[in-house]
Amino acid sequence: METVTITMKNPPALYLEAEHICPDEFAGKTAAQIAELHVYEGNTKSTLGKYFEISGDAGATAEDTKIVVRGDVKKVKYIGMKMSAGEVVVEGSTDLYAGAWMSGGRMLVKGDIQAFAATAMKGGELVIEGNAGNYLGAAYRGDWRGMSGGKILVKGNAGSDVGMYMTGGEMVINGNVDVHLATHAEGGKIIVKGNAPSKVAGQMVEGEVIIFGTIDVMMPGFKYVDDVDLEVEGTTAKFAHYIGDTGERHKKRKGQMVYGNLYQKI
Amino acid sequence: MAEYIIKNGFVFDPVQGIKGDKSDVAIKDGKIVKDSEISKSAKVIDAAGKTVMAGAVEIHAHIAGPKVNLGRIYRPEDKLFTCTATKGMERTGSGNSIPSTFKTGYEYAKMGYTTAMEAAMPPLFSRHVHEEIRDTPIIDEGAFPVFGNNWFVMEYLKNNEVENTAAYIAWLLRATKGYAVKVVNPGGTEAWGWGLNCLSIHDPVPYFDITPAEIVKGLIEANEYLGLPHSMHIHPNNLGNPGCYQTTLDTLNLADGFKAKNKFGREQVMHITHMQFHSYGGENWGNFESKATEIMNYVNSHKNLTMDTGNVTLDETTTMTADGPFEHHLTGLNHLKWANCDVELETAAGVVPYIYSPDIKVCAIQWSIGLELALLAKDPMRCFITTDHPNAGPFTRYPRVFKWLMSQKARDERLNTFKNADKVIGASTLSSLDREITLYELAQMTRAGPAKSLGLVSMCGGLKPGMDADVAVYDFNPDKPLANPEMIETAFSRAAYVFKSGVQVVTHGDIVSTGNKRTLWVDAKVKDNPQVMRDIREKFLKYYSVTQANYEALGHHFIPNPYALEVDATQV
Ligand SMILES: [Zn+2]
Repeated sequence: METVTITMKNPPALYLEAEHICPDEFAGKTAAQIAELHVYEGNTKSTLGKYFEISGDAGATAEDTKIVVRGDVKKVKYIGMKMSAGEVVVEGSTDLYAGAWMSGGRMLVKGDIQAFAATAMKGGELVIEGNAGNYLGAAYRGDWRGMSGGKILVKGNAGSDVGMYMTGGEMVINGNVDVHLATHAEGGKIIVKGNAPSKVAGQMVEGEVIIFGTIDVMMPGFKYVDDVDLEVEGTTAKFAHYIGDTGERHKKRKGQMVYGNLYQKI
Repeated sequence: MAEYIIKNGFVFDPVQGIKGDKSDVAIKDGKIVKDSEISKSAKVIDAAGKTVMAGAVEIHAHIAGPKVNLGRIYRPEDKLFTCTATKGMERTGSGNSIPSTFKTGYEYAKMGYTTAMEAAMPPLFSRHVHEEIRDTPIIDEGAFPVFGNNWFVMEYLKNNEVENTAAYIAWLLRATKGYAVKVVNPGGTEAWGWGLNCLSIHDPVPYFDITPAEIVKGLIEANEYLGLPHSMHIHPNNLGNPGCYQTTLDTLNLADGFKAKNKFGREQVMHITHMQFHSYGGENWGNFESKATEIMNYVNSHKNLTMDTGNVTLDETTTMTADGPFEHHLTGLNHLKWANCDVELETAAGVVPYIYSPDIKVCAIQWSIGLELALLAKDPMRCFITTDHPNAGPFTRYPRVFKWLMSQKARDERLNTFKNADKVIGASTLSSLDREITLYELAQMTRAGPAKSLGLVSMCGGLKPGMDADVAVYDFNPDKPLANPEMIETAFSRAAYVFKSGVQVVTHGDIVSTGNKRTLWVDAKVKDNPQVMRDIREKFLKYYSVTQANYEALGHHFIPNPYALEVDATQV
């Protein structure tokens, strides 16, 4: 695997739209060619090379390409967008839509990420060592197709509307989340090691939500079923099992009604 | 104005019966002229090895107004990755199935379309419709106000008052700057306000106690009483349901015995739109099948009808229609988001996203039916190609539909690779049809035919001297064997040159001028009718949420460049 290191040397005054910082876009290009890829600062089109120092050539394919992003990229959007293979490591924090629409490969952010990370993610792995913003793994605005595959790990906290319209894949949040977790979910699994304040899994019709901490206000559409022993991420514990959202339409599979399953550690 | 001579192209013009002869088209002062009438300084456009046709005419699309905009507002995902940046003359644009107004104008022009009709204008919102039309560059546009669920119409026709209906139509066309009489699910949308629908032509409308059959016949009669350029334009009852073809045949039969009366060269008394949605057999989605043969047998033998296809393009799109109950029914089928737009005394539109997936049997059969209809049409001057944009697919897919119609190889490849190919093939006659639409027939189905049906045949849809100089030149050489059907799609997606009323608007697929766009409307004069004027005043006082003075679309703000087609029914 070849490594391309890009280092912020000339930070933008406005936010930078840089969807080309992606192994699929870098693949087969030399450092000089990568520097020519375009970015937008506001409505001004320029090149990656204007902002970043670029060293190292990319591999022949996305799979053979690793991108290391150094320096202050808090005002850079779309890093790793639509990546299908390879690796991206962001050594600091980054802005909106990190890893959005990614379908494969690995992305690691050592700092925090802002909203809409992993929007409609299909596959691959996204690890955030800091905190995640709102709409992590959610559907794009207006869309009904959220995260459908892959894995997300957030070592810190995550914001609101995480996993909105999620249909598949898995998400682990070691800290707390804000409101509207897994709204409209139709599949997939979300594990929250911390607390979830309220409006958890509203309008969820399928999938799994597991909360280790507290839920301040339970949605009225969820119905307690029983207590179960579960092994989650290496921890075995007793959980209260709820099904819902009973206010929603639910499909049947093999004659059985399919519900969303919500587990809360007792 | 500039003079042009488009030299040595292969010209296809049904208006003059020219079938691919190598000849020149001369343009002067916005009109097509004889070659001898232009000066030596005329700019020469080399069309050698290219196809030359009149600008295409869109007879039915949803491209302006409240429900289109409702779609834009509630589907931000339609804009995702479909935005276009400012480029030369072009302003920025967005949207795929519901493009912004500017993008709509550019995309039509780039494909060689120069005239388009907005197919359903809610009269109360005509101001909104016209503001969007104004902001859609290049193409001439008209809009059809909807009449099929209108309280005035139902009350007059209940009492067989055709003259009053006609006077009301004339008033409404003037107030809304409308072009034609559109009917959507006659009676059904009003019935929905009572929790019901009209699924056959004999289901009575609650309270009004009139049937769809009576509404349709009455509106045909009023349309011919006025002698309007276009005929009554109908989206029949029972759209989109298995077995609906029977309702369609019943509806077509209502035109029997009526004869077209007008000075515009129009011969039909009824135009049936998006026939694909009305040609379904079977009793449920399991045994759903095509009845295109039955429908086309009827259409082929009845000269007083014209139709358009409503081809499914197998895309993710946005359905929108003034058939409010249908959209409510659809959201129950696909469980995607639904928006409704009720319009007081007049109509109600709904909007639901839809994915025509090639992996779903019903979608693939719908695709087959649209193509079957066009291929079974004996008279291409009476069967026009549409996608009922955006209902069966975006209008930007026309070149792909042309490819499927013009190349058996292209459509067979698609047909044979559907997930449920065997079942799909068995549900229609498409696989047995070897007809390939010729360029001349294409010009009939997209130019001369729709222009004639709209009563515009002396103006557009042809290249006869005296007509508007709407001309499209395509990088397509009909003399060379077709190596690959994709060449059809590529050539018709981006015209080499397009002229609108003599102004060059497209060069090599790029917009080079925003032209001089006009709003087409019909100014119908009738005898003074104090009763109808009093009824209108009363309804505004009693029921409308706006005053009559705030209803009319007039003035430069709404219609900066009007073009009125005049009819005089004062002597009838
Ligand atoms: Zn329509």
